Amino acid sequence: MIKNTSDHYGWLAKFFHWLTLPVLTLLFGLGLWMVELDYDDHWYDEAPYIHEGLGVLFAILIMVRLGWRLYSQPPKFSASLLIVEKKLATATHYLLYLLCILLCITGYLIPTADGRSLPVFDWFYIPSAGSFHPLQADIAGFLHHWAAWLTVCLVVVHGLAALKHHVINKDNTLRKIL
Amino acid sequence: MKKQFIQLLAASSIVIFSHTISAAEYVIDTKGAHASINFKIMHAGFSWLTGRFNTFDGSFNYDKDKIQDSSIKVTIDTASIDSNHAKRDKHLRSDDFLNVADHPQAIFESTRFIEKDNGKLDIEGKLTLNGVTQNIVIDAIKIAEGERKNKYLAGFTGTTELVLKDFNFKKSLGPTSTSVFMELHIEGIRQ
Repeated sequence: MIKNTSDHYGWLAKFFHWLTLPVLTLLFGLGLWMVELDYDDHWYDEAPYIHEGLGVLFAILIMVRLGWRLYSQPPKFSASLLIVEKKLATATHYLLYLLCILLCITGYLIPTADGRSLPVFDWFYIPSAGSFHPLQADIAGFLHHWAAWLTVCLVVVHGLAALKHHVINKDNTLRKIL
Repeated sequence: MKKQFIQLLAASSIVIFSHTISAAEYVIDTKGAHASINFKIMHAGFSWLTGRFNTFDGSFNYDKDKIQDSSIKVTIDTASIDSNHAKRDKHLRSDDFLNVADHPQAIFESTRFIEKDNGKLDIEGKLTLNGVTQNIVIDAIKIAEGERKNKYLAGFTGTTELVLKDFNFKKSLGPTSTSVFMELHIEGIRQ
């Protein structure tokens, strides 16, 4: 079933959710590695090229996923959840969406700060929005770096929380999205 | 207390007013952008990579009849480096190279103006870059001085070569890029 039901996510939501995991992992790994590369390294230009292209595809994924999220109501919380758990879960999920959007925007603002368009592999370009500040690349870079770490930490917490519900509470929290 | 305060006020006003006594003081015209600090460095031995520092200010004292009494001081905002490439400039500002977070300014202060036979000038001075101070010499020449639109202007151009190793940058740009060649153009408005 493509749409979500009252106690289970549909396959489209599940697809979006689980696809995010390898994409984010790859983006994060590339990002951490590529900024340490030396100027003479072959990957100095190649890694950012892949990271930026994948980043744009991730931005598209997030937008489509958000659209679907607004259209197809998510299943209800498991009945056994405490009010504080429901609030934490909601806040975490909103924060994760927000962080992903922030990552995409700040990531875009770095290479486009000089007016250059951003190539998405050799398929198409995203035009630059111009330069808003002489230190745009640095400021966006700083925000991008910290948003990335925050996202990764939050994803780990989010995953552990799901496991806690599955193993300790033995409710359907994790099963809803499997 | 009151007497000391008045003395302090008097001393500071002398400092402020003596500023205008010297008729040969010029302020570099950065408002009109009639000055530029440009650099040129080899890109891995294949071509010249150029750029500039967009933000700087300075002033100089110059009297054509007493050149040896001249002086110049320029302060550069290192974060304003601009080689027309966002990712490259971001890397250059990082602590791998310019480390602008720790060293937001580069300063040149002249120690001596030497007039040479062919009308050229050797401007000796101290350059503080990346927190390191080195003696450098700028090979300069005055282009012209005179009245223009109710102001008195004096314009110069100069070049110098900076050896990167002398300034303790964390990373190196390779064996073909051991020096950066500076090309300086300044125009000052007499105060």
